Amino acid sequence: MAGDEIEELVKYLARLPGLGPRSARRAVLTLMRRREALLDPLTAALTAARDSIKTCHICGNIDTQDPCAICADPRRDGSVICVVEDVGDLWALERAKALKGRYHVLGGTLSALDGIGPEELNLAGLHARCKAEGVREVILATNATVEGQTTAHYISDMLAPLSLTITRLAHGVPVGGELDYLDDGTLIAAMRSRRET
Amino acid sequence: MEAWTAEAVILDRRAHGESSAIVDFFTREHGRYGGLVRGGNARRLKPALQPGNMVQASWRARLSEHLGTATIDPGRAYAAEVLTDQVLLAGLSAMCALLKIMPERQAYPRLFDTVVVLLEALENREVWLPLFVRFELALLEEVGFGLDLTSCAATGTREDLTHVSPRSGRAVSRQAAAPYAERMFVLPAFLLSADASPEGDDVLHGLSLTGHFLERRVYRVDTSGLPAARGRFVEILRAKGVPA
Repeated sequence: MAGDEIEELVKYLARLPGLGPRSARRAVLTLMRRREALLDPLTAALTAARDSIKTCHICGNIDTQDPCAICADPRRDGSVICVVEDVGDLWALERAKALKGRYHVLGGTLSALDGIGPEELNLAGLHARCKAEGVREVILATNATVEGQTTAHYISDMLAPLSLTITRLAHGVPVGGELDYLDDGTLIAAMRSRRET
Repeated sequence: MEAWTAEAVILDRRAHGESSAIVDFFTREHGRYGGLVRGGNARRLKPALQPGNMVQASWRARLSEHLGTATIDPGRAYAAEVLTDQVLLAGLSAMCALLKIMPERQAYPRLFDTVVVLLEALENREVWLPLFVRFELALLEEVGFGLDLTSCAATGTREDLTHVSPRSGRAVSRQAAAPYAERMFVLPAFLLSADASPEGDDVLHGLSLTGHFLERRVYRVDTSGLPAARGRFVEILRAKGVPA
């Protein structure tokens, strides 16, 4: 239907999350039509990103500098570390401006079924940071899944000898959520995590 | 067209594409089954597909040998009940990992009933831990390697059974076991009588016993070894202690 180069572009765009072959084809058509306004800047942005993206050696975040902007920011509270599964979770917390401390990206969760053990995660780095950086509190912000919470329990045990305050995110009713529409698991977790007003 | 609907325990969920998942579940009537669940990786269904949850699964395929697709109606969220309890969460993961050894598409109704009893008991850790050992004994029996704990392998007596032979899997009386006691497994009293409650390290002794035979008779066949989730569960119990 189109030249090899265009088909190649469609093929790669279709691999991105949220895009299928049809939507990738529409995106490519738009890029073709708006070459100067979209295609050229996009090409330049992709090349620049490819050349400058780095993984922060301290926390595992992805940024264009190492250490990342969060680790390098002196206004951040270095005594609080929030542990997240992936960079996407870190970005979500940053978007919400939910934390003034620093982060630590594990790069996944413990998963016996997928053969992911403690060695495959960025746990040694977390232990070293907690020992060396004057950390007071570690917030375990892993997902409320069996694997996420198994990982949280593991980290809790790992850090127990360091006498830190270890907290985890609350599980329960989301803001704007109506009880009638919540799944049973969330309701059970919310009921178990209830607190005195 | 092949199709059925049944109560199922979720054993595992793997993302397939962006929003679908391949889900492994265990049913009473049809045994362990897999199926593609559309939307299984999306926000609405993900909570229901946590390992250990009970759901209503409707499976269908054009031919019986196909993977098939399944639709899931959420049921009881057992996983959510134990998310904050390290021991029970590890135990639930171990249970699901162990059930994945069962052959696909063969019904094991008694084992399913044992699993349901185990899930129902999740609220009480003291009851749950000995039940988990019984579940492992039931699993051994269902796959054809049940232990014989009814009489002494050496003398035939049914009294004072205190050990199990690591080779034969048969009970041995205190007197007959005395010269070899160090090489034998301790047989906890709660495995001989439903009325007996575990004391001290009984649960750990029970797990050593079932773990040995699961590894030797079931998992050695495919050289994979016992599931890591079970190892982690036992490790946690050893570290934290078992409530008597």
